[in-house]
Amino acid sequence: MTSSASLEDSALMAENRKRTAELGMWIFLASEALLFGGLFLAYFVYRYSFPQAFAAGVRENDLILGTINTIILMLSALFMTLGILAAENDNKKSSLSCLIMTAFLGLTFLGIKSLEYSHKFQHHLYPGGVFMPEKNWPVGERIFFGLYFVMTGVHALHLLVGIGILAWLIFVLSHKPRVRDSTVWLYTFGLYWHYIDLIWIFLFPSLYLLGRFG
Amino acid sequence: MNEHPDKENYLMAGYGWRSWFLTTDHKRIAILYMLSITFFFAIGAFFALLIRLELLTPAGDFVSSATYNRLFTMHGIIMVWFFLIPSIPSVLGNFLIPLMIGADDLSFPRLNLASWYIFMLGGIFTLISILFGGLDTGWTFYTPYSSSYASGQVLNAGLGIIISGFSSILTGLNFIVTIHKKRAPGLTWGRLPLFIWAHYATSLIFVLATPVLAVTLLLMIVERTLHIGIFDPSLGGDPVLFQHLFWFYSHPAVYIMILPAMGVVSEIVPCFSRRKIFGYKMMACASLAIATLGFLVWGHHMFVSGQSVYAGIIFSLFSFLVAIPSGIKVFNWVATMFRGTITFSTPMIYAFGFIGLFTIGGLTGLFLAALGMDIHVQDTYFVVAHFHYIMVGGAIMGYLGGIHFWWPKICGRLYPKGWPGLSALLIFIGFNLTFFPQFLLGYMGMPRRYHFYPEEFQALHVLSSAGASILGVGYIFPFFYLAWSFFRGPRAEPNPWRATGLEWKTESPPPVHNFDQTPIVTEDPYSYEEKP
Repeated sequence: MTSSASLEDSALMAENRKRTAELGMWIFLASEALLFGGLFLAYFVYRYSFPQAFAAGVRENDLILGTINTIILMLSALFMTLGILAAENDNKKSSLSCLIMTAFLGLTFLGIKSLEYSHKFQHHLYPGGVFMPEKNWPVGERIFFGLYFVMTGVHALHLLVGIGILAWLIFVLSHKPRVRDSTVWLYTFGLYWHYIDLIWIFLFPSLYLLGRFG
Repeated sequence: MNEHPDKENYLMAGYGWRSWFLTTDHKRIAILYMLSITFFFAIGAFFALLIRLELLTPAGDFVSSATYNRLFTMHGIIMVWFFLIPSIPSVLGNFLIPLMIGADDLSFPRLNLASWYIFMLGGIFTLISILFGGLDTGWTFYTPYSSSYASGQVLNAGLGIIISGFSSILTGLNFIVTIHKKRAPGLTWGRLPLFIWAHYATSLIFVLATPVLAVTLLLMIVERTLHIGIFDPSLGGDPVLFQHLFWFYSHPAVYIMILPAMGVVSEIVPCFSRRKIFGYKMMACASLAIATLGFLVWGHHMFVSGQSVYAGIIFSLFSFLVAIPSGIKVFNWVATMFRGTITFSTPMIYAFGFIGLFTIGGLTGLFLAALGMDIHVQDTYFVVAHFHYIMVGGAIMGYLGGIHFWWPKICGRLYPKGWPGLSALLIFIGFNLTFFPQFLLGYMGMPRRYHFYPEEFQALHVLSSAGASILGVGYIFPFFYLAWSFFRGPRAEPNPWRATGLEWKTESPPPVHNFDQTPIVTEDPYSYEEKP
């Protein structure tokens, strides 16, 4: 094998690796779509059965915190993209700082989410214990908050895994002289990250908006 | 790249435990799967043995009702999720997909190893649930019994199934990407072996159906621990929603079991008939059609669960449609054999068994897809017999046929003549003796999941238990002669069956990287007639 041929080969192999990793991630995301799909199905079945209870539940959720969290996740998606772009231009410093910002925003989202969870617990709006003793809630309210915790919980779990992988990527990248070689990883991970954002884009109106002003 | 390609075969590549437990070689991982699912099969079979012992007599005298409920539940859970679902894909698929497409490994070898560990973790959770007394929900986990009332290890078993589900998803993902990206030059989609097409279809189900099971069992677990009410009627929940979600996975799951077996049979039949497969394109399309239709028929499990009549009619119609691609397959196998030079080698005996049993299982499925008929036989032994004809008569015959077909490739040795054929016959006879009487029992009204019954049913039950013991003996033989073959059997050539397909072009057992040179494909599959 001559050296120029091997160079061409390695470029080809890198391209192949990228496409393979991408395809794998897309298939994984298709699978994830059905995972969340099951939850959304349950949500809409019961929303149809108990429109009042679900609207009351939506009004109980904190619109301000939910909106802030939506903005935070969208910003994190922006920084993720900027991080990949910087890596493609082999700008290590800028890429790393963008990725750190992404992870930081992800953590902020989780922080605000846990704040919301603790509010729910203070108001006894959680399943498993004494559920909402103060008001006379309509039937189905418990289901709303049950689904709220399961759906946002599964989403938060995905985000947590994402932040973990991102931290590992940041660690690996910081030890590499050329970040450009790692764009496959970043790009593939970026798909996952955007996907979690996308799930939130569906969760937010379902849990914070639908029926609030109706 | 290594200047001196490793000529050693994959079995000799290392002997320490690390060389097995940290391997990323798809062939070794296939062996790991084979040993693990054989272990699970033995456990599931043990429960079946106890069930059949109990049913020898009309009185419930061998075990109590409560124990019996746990026995059939654990038999189902172990056999479905820890033997049948992974059986052909994880063992034969893992071993053969890279070999059949001329690749050195799957696209994600480390993910493949991780899948095995995830599978084993799920298995451990389930074994723990058994060791601590098991559970009695039935393998279907129907709510509100599972979520509100059942005592027993529902949580551990549910978690075990969720975890092992992720192993299925990742295996399916790996297969799809591999089939897309790693085919040898010249191996176009129209030249892929039907085994590959079957696994492609199966992988689609793995990826798209399994996550729904995961989230369904998660909701069941949350309901059980935190009472969020979604499956509890007293809080406004609907237990039938669980059935919809559960069968959205579990009906396609049946096709996870049968499609790979169909792929195996499609390889065996042309080889031992020395004929090109009849209707290659239709066979490939039928696999995809079965996978697709599989997602549209879940409601036929719920004809008496209170779904609307119109939904029932649609689900019934779609269920009948599944018979079309299935029929195409059966007719095409038979047409392949027509005027062929048939050899009754062991794999071919299994393939014959598969075709016959699958036909009976499939046709009785049509009885159950009919709205009126189904109400008569709902929850009877008719259903039990039907799905055992598919799962045992179909999937296990396919698995054993495949193991016998590719055994010389897997371990580089031949098995003896005589015993394997005899045990295949025993399995066929024993199977029919076990399950055919159950059709009659069910039609006469014997409900499933009862451990005592009226005396007039005893003759058929005794026949069934007797058949099960023959079936059991048939399953035990392969353990011995295959183990003997592994250590002492005569060496196999690269292609002992004179079969087509890339996997036969490399040595037996294959070298670590499968092929010394990337093979180039220039001909259509199953070109047996050109080389008699």
